[in-house]
Amino acid sequence: MLEVNGLVKRFGGFTAVNNVSFRVDQGEILGLIGPNGSGKSTIFNMLSGTLAPTSGSILFAGHEIAGLAPHRIINRGIGRTFQIPRPFRRLTIFENVALAGFYGQGRHSRIKAEEAAERSLAMVGLPTDRHASVDGLGAAGLKKLELAKALATSPKLLLADESLGGLDEAEMDQAADMLRNIRDELSITIIWVEHIMGVLMRVVDRVMVLDHGEKISEGLPSAVAGDPRVIEVYLGTDAETTQAAAAEARRRAGG
Amino acid sequence: MKGQGRLAAWGVGLAVLVALPFVYRDPYHLHILVLILIWSFAYTSWSMMGRFGLVSLGHGGFMGIGAYVTALLWNHLGLSPWIGIPVSMIAAGALALIVGYPCFRFRITGHYFVLVTLALSGIVLQVITATRDYTGGSLGYTPNRASGNKLLALQFDDKTTWYLIALAVWLFGIVVWHWVDRSMARYALEAISEDEDAAAAAGVNVTAEKLKITLLSALMTALAGAIYCQYQMFITPDTVSGIAVSLQMVFAAIVGGLFVSLGPTFGAIITILLAESLRIGFGTKAVGWDNLVYGVLLVVFIIFLPKGILGSVLDRLKPQRKVPRAHEQEAVQIARPGA
Repeated sequence: MLEVNGLVKRFGGFTAVNNVSFRVDQGEILGLIGPNGSGKSTIFNMLSGTLAPTSGSILFAGHEIAGLAPHRIINRGIGRTFQIPRPFRRLTIFENVALAGFYGQGRHSRIKAEEAAERSLAMVGLPTDRHASVDGLGAAGLKKLELAKALATSPKLLLADESLGGLDEAEMDQAADMLRNIRDELSITIIWVEHIMGVLMRVVDRVMVLDHGEKISEGLPSAVAGDPRVIEVYLGTDAETTQAAAAEARRRAGG
Repeated sequence: MKGQGRLAAWGVGLAVLVALPFVYRDPYHLHILVLILIWSFAYTSWSMMGRFGLVSLGHGGFMGIGAYVTALLWNHLGLSPWIGIPVSMIAAGALALIVGYPCFRFRITGHYFVLVTLALSGIVLQVITATRDYTGGSLGYTPNRASGNKLLALQFDDKTTWYLIALAVWLFGIVVWHWVDRSMARYALEAISEDEDAAAAAGVNVTAEKLKITLLSALMTALAGAIYCQYQMFITPDTVSGIAVSLQMVFAAIVGGLFVSLGPTFGAIITILLAESLRIGFGTKAVGWDNLVYGVLLVVFIIFLPKGILGSVLDRLKPQRKVPRAHEQEAVQIARPGA
């Protein structure tokens, strides 16, 4: 479904993504992990059209999409969420999603857009009430809204960017299950970028690990977790301290 | 008021407005009403963009093009305003696209957009002044009196006819405002005004949506300029173009209320009544005072009443329709450097 070959992105002298190739098959959930600054978001931004690649090709359903404008890529069936939710606060929750349903599906009909909005809101578990304000949503609600917006564009491929940051454990599990449901029920292929390894490993079919803009490992979650290079760059150093700090923070918050 | 009640209120209001010149014929008051209606239409046209944070100080330019192109085509080529007005609108629209496209394509937003459009106003004013052999320069310009068919020349002597024309044009502006307000384009433009990247990620073609509303706004503003010229039969660069006229639009729209359909109309009523009462009360001693008052009021309004008078009153009346204040502050703040 998606085939990426020799993708490179340079910002001046800095190479953010260096010669990365991978493919995503119809119906799978691919996890994309790596330390901060490893190039995950840059890859996402190139897949969604926010950034144009320096070189390399991105084939989606057999067509080259590298360098297309974001709205064109969305209309071809790649939806995305942002790492930090970016709701439109001047619109209601429903309008936020209806907007994506209208423009993300090729501006065909308002009725179709509103149906898509209702479907997507129900799917992520947000109220379909037309007057509810975005201001009433917490962190988890905003992430759901972000997901609903992406779903309303009827994507074939969903790029989910660190959907779980800022959630508690129950919310995290819920969100992970939701991604799996989206794949199972709507048969949407998913690439999921996530910091929190445990949840990700439980849901994804395959994992790809990036470090300093290069792919260092790829395969089944169990195999990747045991890869010494992955342990070195990711689990060995960062993860332990991060997880310890997170556990400490949770203890205090729960206090 | 909602649904039928609102429609009934509009119907009654309109009936009163249409009937007015047939029962009340004081020419001075009708003249003031015609001016209010024409400027209301211009301010409404400006607010179509302004309400989405696209603060343009170039609208004086569009208005000047509307007025001067129509008059020049009539005087020099004998082209009826019925053709001249569409031509002038196309000219203004083309200019809007030429200036707008690079701005939107390369993401010139906020203060920088204001500055680019400010230059546009200045340029149009300079061009009108500099081509004085054709336009009369700063001394002003008068369309030739029609010798034959008045309708063909769009020149009428009685105030009642002009009042009805101005009313129709004003109503057209309000209808377009509501049409945009109910369209999906409003969602897209609200989204764009908050976060262009996120809007693009929702599938919105940001450049195209901004161009469309800019084009619509420019076309309508040029129409306002042309109608003003036909009514007054005398235009000067300073009354229909330039930075002063642009600022006047910003001021009136903000004072009346940017986010409600009748806000700019309300702003026109206030500004024109203010200018007229200063003129009558103090005569030539008060030339320019209205601008002083505008400036002070603009600062006061942006700080204390960003939704404008009508917007704030309507908000009081129906608290359920809430638009977060912070974003509106942002939208009007962009207008500040001009004040």
